Parts: sequence; structure tokens; C-alpha cells
Amino acid sequence: MNQINSERLGPNEAMATIARIQAGEKELFHSLVRPVERAVFLMLFMLLRNETDAEDAAQETFIKIYRNLHAFRGDAKFSTWVLSIARNEGLALLRKRSRHPEEPLEVQPDEKGGDYTPALLTDWREVPLEALERGQLRECLSRAVLNLPPKYREVVQLRDIDELDVQETAVILGITAGAVKVRLHRARTMLQKELVPVLRSYAPQRRGFWGRRV
Amino acid sequence: MKIDCKHVWEYISAYIDGDVDSLLRAEIDRHLEHCEICSAVLDSTRNVVVLLADQRVFEIPAGYGERLHQRLTEFLDAEPT
Repeated sequence: MNQINSERLGPNEAMATIARIQAGEKELFHSLVRPVERAVFLMLFMLLRNETDAEDAAQETFIKIYRNLHAFRGDAKFSTWVLSIARNEGLALLRKRSRHPEEPLEVQPDEKGGDYTPALLTDWREVPLEALERGQLRECLSRAVLNLPPKYREVVQLRDIDELDVQETAVILGITAGAVKVRLHRARTMLQKELVPVLRSYAPQRRGFWGRRV
Repeated sequence: MKIDCKHVWEYISAYIDGDVDSLLRAEIDRHLEHCEICSAVLDSTRNVVVLLADQRVFEIPAGYGERLHQRLTEFLDAEPT
């Protein structure tokens, strides 16, 4: 399970910690943000697609968060609030990078249509998690996600990589729960289509005369 | 109600997330029992989802956490209490 899920604070705990920070225990800010530091980096990396830029932006984001702690009202999870700020920070940097961004985030509405047909195949041998020891496989997976159109990439990041729930994802992205589900479905289909031919070579080979799977 | 392959594909993601009602789930399960293609589409999509959730896929740069907290320490020290 990801750190953000196992360690994140409920709104009340976060409010209590923030009150102590504001009363002078500044060093508690470190433990407040530790559970979300990975997700903040990923959010910025997915937007900026550059590790150094994402790390610099993450540091600035956390400083901004400290300065705005008074604005956290506890009506959402602390992680939701933090990731919304990180996303705005990343989008602002993208806008600064170019007055005519190559990939505006909200160009296409979630219209019906488009080809979201999966790759068709007649059997699938599971690629086990151990196969991730191979750097080449990790690279294929991360590249496939990074190559998704931005609005699909961010849904995959929040739902399938950070493992946030639909509601939290919807709040962070400012869209409906229904739109999250539609985008996630399309994104997963695109990833399946792209990755199936590659992943097949990482599945354990059939062994033995009877085609026993190993 | 009998559903076809295209119909099943529309619900693959919701099915993986356990977000289909019991009637539809039963219908999809019945379809999967005899449809090799839809079974393989479901298994491969689920496989992609499981692999992506592994933290090894997107690695955080080495030292990211240390550098972040170092920067925060410097920042907090300079902030008035």
C-alpha cells in the first residue's frame, strides 16, 4: 500500500497538528507533510515531465503550503488540499514555460466517441510483480503513462499510482466523480492497448508438454 | 439481459474497481466464462493496473526527501515564530 494511504492524516488530526505548528511547534510541519511528499513529487513530475523541475517545484509547493496553513479548513482530507495546491503550482509553471502550451489540459470535453477499443487477445499470462526488478519493464510502464494525454495521465496518477479514491480524485481535479470514471476507463484501455504487446514478453514462459503455466 | 463483448469492454474498468452492481457483475461473469477474448482483455487490463500501483514503477529521485526536509528546516528557521 502506498504511503499516502497508510499514513495520511484525517482532517481532524491535521487540524490539530496545524494548530500546534501555528502555536510555535514549527518542526511538526516535517511530520505533517511526510506522508504526502511522494505524491506531491509525482503530481509535479506528471505535469512537468522533468525530475529536477518537479523536485524544485515540490520544495516551493511545501513552502507555499506552510504559508497557507491557516487556509486549511478541515473540510477535505489534508492530502486532497495539498495535492490541489501542488497541481495548481504545476499548472502555473507549465503556463510560464510557454504562452502557447503544447498540451493544454482541458481541450477536449469528455465527449462520446473516440476509439477506446482494447487490444484483443485470446489468452493472458500474468506478469508478476517480481518482473518489475527489470528496469526495462519499469521504463515501459512509466513511459506509457507519461505519453498519455494530460487529462488521462493525471487520473491514472491519482487513481492507479497514488491509489486515491474516486471522490478525492474528483475534488483534486475539479471534475465530477463520473468524469473521473470515464477518463480512468479510457486511460486504462489506452494503456492496455499500448502495453499488451510489450508486457507479453515479461510473462513467464509456458513450460512442459501440457502447457503448464509457471 | 445478454451482453456482447463491446458492452463488456465498456465496464472493464468499473468491474476491476468493484463498481458494478450485482446483476451486471453476474452478467459479465457469465459472459467471461465462455469468452476467451474478454477474459484476456480483463486479465491484461487488471495486470496493468496492479503493476502501476507498485512504487518501483515511478521512482522518486534518490535523496529527494532529505533535500526537501533540509530546505524546509532552513525555511522554518528563518520564519518568525
